[in-house]
Amino acid sequence: MPGTSDEVRGMKMVLRSAGAPETRPGEQAAFDPGRRRFMVGAAGLTFGVAAGVPDFLGLGGRQARASGVQEVVLNPWVTLSTDGTVFIMSPAAEMGQGSLTALPVILADEMDADWAKVRIVPAPPRGKLYGNPLFGGEQYTAGSATVRGYFDNLRRFGAQVRYVLMENAARHWNVPLAELATEPGAVVHAKSGRRLAYGEIAAFAKIPERAPEVQVEPVAKAQFRLIGRDVGRIDVPSKVNGTATYSIDVQVPGMLYGAILRQPVEGAAPERIEDAAARAVEGVIGIVPLKYGVGVLAETPWAAFKAKDALKVTWSRSARGWGFSNEKGFEQFAAIARDLAKKGVAWDSKGDVAAAMARAATVVEGEYRADYCYHAQMEPLNSVAAVSAKGDSVEVWVGTQSQTITVAAVAQALGIPESRVKFHNFLLGGGFGRRGNRDVEFIVDSVLMSKAAGRPVKVIWTREDDVKNGRFRPLYVNRIRAGLDASGRIVAWHHRVVCDEVLAFMDPVRYKVSKGRDNIAMRGTELPTYAIPDQLAEGLQQPTGMRTNPLRAIGVGQNSFANEVFIDELAARQGVDPVEFRLRLLANTPLGERARRVIEEVARMADWKRKRPGRGLGVAYLDYSGTQLAGIAEVSVDRASGAIRVHRFWCAIDCGLAVQPDNVIAQTESSIVYGLGLALTERITIEDGQVRQSNFSDYHVPRMRDLPQLEIKLVPTRNPPTGAGQMGTPLVAPAISNAVFQLTGVRLRQQPMLPERVKLALAAAPGSA
Amino acid sequence: MSQKITTTLTVNGRRHTVTALPDTPLLWILREELKLTGTKFGCGVGQCGACTVHIDGRPNYACLNKIADLEGRSVTTIEGLSPDGSHPLQRAWIAEQVPQCGYCQSGQIMRAAALLREKPRPTRAEIVEYMSPNICRCGTYYRIVRAIERAAREA
Repeated sequence: MPGTSDEVRGMKMVLRSAGAPETRPGEQAAFDPGRRRFMVGAAGLTFGVAAGVPDFLGLGGRQARASGVQEVVLNPWVTLSTDGTVFIMSPAAEMGQGSLTALPVILADEMDADWAKVRIVPAPPRGKLYGNPLFGGEQYTAGSATVRGYFDNLRRFGAQVRYVLMENAARHWNVPLAELATEPGAVVHAKSGRRLAYGEIAAFAKIPERAPEVQVEPVAKAQFRLIGRDVGRIDVPSKVNGTATYSIDVQVPGMLYGAILRQPVEGAAPERIEDAAARAVEGVIGIVPLKYGVGVLAETPWAAFKAKDALKVTWSRSARGWGFSNEKGFEQFAAIARDLAKKGVAWDSKGDVAAAMARAATVVEGEYRADYCYHAQMEPLNSVAAVSAKGDSVEVWVGTQSQTITVAAVAQALGIPESRVKFHNFLLGGGFGRRGNRDVEFIVDSVLMSKAAGRPVKVIWTREDDVKNGRFRPLYVNRIRAGLDASGRIVAWHHRVVCDEVLAFMDPVRYKVSKGRDNIAMRGTELPTYAIPDQLAEGLQQPTGMRTNPLRAIGVGQNSFANEVFIDELAARQGVDPVEFRLRLLANTPLGERARRVIEEVARMADWKRKRPGRGLGVAYLDYSGTQLAGIAEVSVDRASGAIRVHRFWCAIDCGLAVQPDNVIAQTESSIVYGLGLALTERITIEDGQVRQSNFSDYHVPRMRDLPQLEIKLVPTRNPPTGAGQMGTPLVAPAISNAVFQLTGVRLRQQPMLPERVKLALAAAPGSA
Repeated sequence: MSQKITTTLTVNGRRHTVTALPDTPLLWILREELKLTGTKFGCGVGQCGACTVHIDGRPNYACLNKIADLEGRSVTTIEGLSPDGSHPLQRAWIAEQVPQCGYCQSGQIMRAAALLREKPRPTRAEIVEYMSPNICRCGTYYRIVRAIERAAREA
């Protein structure tokens, strides 16, 4: 490895015991990611590979530390020190959602660990051990599926560890195991008043070869010590003093900087490159032609950016996306949505919707649209890679939503086995779906550039790169038909979703096994709690050549907008109060009962029936992966400008058991603010296949002055946890649209509800002057 | 073709002499030369506030200030806000569990520190107005307000 990080690679990592946080002499010293581990707070955080967990695959392994302290690997998740420190693997990416802390809390609770002695270790990329069961064993952090997906297993692993410790104590004291109990961090024998701390047991513990069969109490009955109590996120202290480390902060010896002028349209290739001006920038080392763009290698980021801007490239014009635009998309998609002869792929189907529709007394239709929108995670995409001189191994420093997908993609890019990829994990400066696509193009960037340079390279996307080469929530046309019986009851529901392909583009591996069912595009069309006997949701995803990705709340963000505005329209047609209408529609099931509770709760919070002069109220309800939530917006409209102001927002959420209640509130605040931007201001426009926007100056995300007063109520229930990271996002747009209707009588059927659109809608309304 | 220049400036109380292209933003000097990576790159055009530092005591964008204009100036970054991370805002930020992804928070705290220096007991409306240049995509704004109010109260 030419001038690279041999010292990093050779570095033996030592996990420090609790109470002896690693000191970092010389804040100004070159950042050496192998050495710079941070240990934070009571439950320390070690970032990077888990090389310090000795022999983490070999059950029963035992290693001495310099201090004489021994570490015993209990299972791939838990390593116990003779000094009492408990190292717990955390398998998810930390991008702000708090899983890094929440997952170990689940295990520690069942193991009855003393939280003050817990050290959290980010798990290395080993899908078989640390994968999320909901994602086929990939370590993939998305879909608010982390706590939901790992919950049962973590409880079981924790219970197994506790059992093994008790069994060892029983043998040590020669007493029946049934006479033993635990208190946090210790096994106790009440009869004799004896007590063995977990660390003491570690010194003599015999670890069974096979995990013991242990049952855990069902959630409804279990007693928890840590779950439900806010322990404080372990990453927070490092995020207030500048020490939290993201991949963009990494420096390795001998490193160059890379910037890439990327294809303006997916699939376009550089045909002619004029790089004289770029090469003339002082500090530029080289120009690297790539299949998908032109890279610049330079001594500083600034030189790399300047040179990238000085490149002139002519692109091939054969890619599908050229010529496309939002207008063309809406026109094409709307025509497809209306043409019932064009069948889609059934996403969700119940009963016989055609027959039910034919029997219906009335059929009502509604059409809803959404423009492309952009993730706008605060940390622009970036990565660091060091490819060996022979090109047969690589080291990468990244923030990614999937450790395992990243290792596979990097190995593929170099044509080397995955075992030759050394992976260093970092915090993510936001993900929201942008850092989890199968090709992780922002990571392959640095790998290709390092290979070309023969040196380590950090590739940084500018914000303009990040916007122009965004992978967006698709453009949507949703068309819903509802069949009503003579009494106005909904008997049939047919939802057609026409939008760009998402799954096929972002994850061809998952798409292959999906049989054309695009879950990213289609989620949210299913209506599990509304008692509508015959339902069909059809997906008609279109290959437009546009770049797409999951974006916080995926398809639910638009499909629920369509559902909940349409429901409101049906309520208005029948002159029924929108809250009452939804309550009547709820199925008489346990989930329906939970839905009722959040709708009634949010109506109470907002004092729903009270009229406010100059203001409108609108409600929306949502089942999102089983999480029940309802929101109410209070709005006013400036008729001159068309600007909507959201003054207040109320939300009631039931996500089952809340592992970290304050974090559920924080995530709900977060997802509501995110939804506010998507609802009102955030739009990507495509012209001739290319992105028009470039930065926060023309892509407007919510700022502090844009916020409503917000009130969130967590409605706790003893159900298994169902996710909280993004659930609030889809509530916001329909609640706002429905509130504008209550105030003005005008329906807004397209996201974002931009002032010019509101003005047009108001002007077109019957009776408007 | 512009040539590199040498500039001497004070960062967190220490004098540094750096050599760089004259139009190099302070941001990249701080991050890549001085290894003060707490100051973040967000937009490069003064639209997001992730790179907020104090220049001669006033909040400013490290991405917009060129090194050529900083001769003799004094810069404070998040690493220099307090010797041990115990500034009232930093403590309040932890107490209110403000950060999510955390990427914007150095800039948020630096901006809030400037606010409290100008106005030790700001009203809520003043906080909102003063803090609006800084974007937090995780939407931690409500907690930022609470943390500033707490720091003002407890300082």
